Amino acid sequence: MTMKRLIRILSTIGAVAFGASAVAGAEDDRRHFVELYQNRFAGIQLADYVYGALIFSADAKAQYDSMMVMPPWQDVIEQGRKMWETPLKNGNTYASCFPSEGKNVGGNYPYFDDKLGKVVTFEMAINRCRRDNGEAEYKYDDMATMGTLTVYARSLSDGMSVNIKVEGVGAQAAYETGKRFFYSRRGQLNFACANCHVGNAGNRVRNEFLSPVIGQTTHWPLFRGEGDLWTLQRRYVACNALTRAVPFAIGSEEYNNLEYFHSYMSNGLPMHTAVWRK
Amino acid sequence: MTQLTKIRATMQVDVADIRIIVTHPMETGQRKDPKTGQVVPPHFIKNVTVTVGGKTVMEAQWSQAVSKNPYLGFRVRGAKAGDKVVVHWEDNKGESETTEATLA
Repeated sequence: MTMKRLIRILSTIGAVAFGASAVAGAEDDRRHFVELYQNRFAGIQLADYVYGALIFSADAKAQYDSMMVMPPWQDVIEQGRKMWETPLKNGNTYASCFPSEGKNVGGNYPYFDDKLGKVVTFEMAINRCRRDNGEAEYKYDDMATMGTLTVYARSLSDGMSVNIKVEGVGAQAAYETGKRFFYSRRGQLNFACANCHVGNAGNRVRNEFLSPVIGQTTHWPLFRGEGDLWTLQRRYVACNALTRAVPFAIGSEEYNNLEYFHSYMSNGLPMHTAVWRK
Repeated sequence: MTQLTKIRATMQVDVADIRIIVTHPMETGQRKDPKTGQVVPPHFIKNVTVTVGGKTVMEAQWSQAVSKNPYLGFRVRGAKAGDKVVVHWEDNKGESETTEATLA
């Protein structure tokens, strides 16, 4: 154990010396979560963390499985497919804006754009595509447009491993900002994201289990309740509101940085859109 | 026209497990359009018939009370793999659809 730790300290020092500390920092954070959860929930495989809080309840998981056999939201996905395939004003398609026509790219988002100097989410890439091709941008909080298009577009990346990279000074700074958000207490209840989803993952809040951080970002946008479409940042707004905090806007830089940090924690896990959650 | 009905029919040992989902708005006629304030006219499935191997195994008269995108699951004895499962429904506007699947 001490030997292992010593090796890690030495390797960290080595990484700093070679100027690659950025990657080491994020990767260390992720490994810390993996170790933490695997010690606490010994029987649960890492790949199963994509099921979130469902891993704590066999009954809820069985209900989920039976729902996923024939999901009731096919019409929304179909609508998204039509939006994706309809050419934009100048005849280009959304597929032309993404590498490999938008297939198996979702796991690379959000990424840090060095030229823009900020984090670019998948939704921002869609809006950039619209802007470049002469269309008005979608509102980030509009589930009927942005949400529906994104849910289809991200389903093209099903099975891809989440592959977030934190490389360079700017990326590291954005990552750290997101991480600070995650650990900052806010709202009248004075909760940070970490209060529930790190220390209390697997415990109940009223009658609901709290999900662990890893695996939380692999399956958005998703359907909640009776088929209500939610993007990841819409969930952030709801989470913040529950702690009696004033939420930030969907698509704000605060949430983008948080999404960057948050998505990194699911690195290596398979993507699957769309799924159902309570 | 895209197929609105999806069927999944499998043999579970000696019992056929049949699951059906229909993409349908199932409007009650009570709801108002939030933008215009106008009442949305009722639009719901009235009759559903399911046959397995030519024999009617289920008939239902539905109403506005059934939810949007209705899901139907049931088990049938006496069927065998390879039988044709045929689902037919019609709604109050006279629209209808017949969908076939093979019991696997």
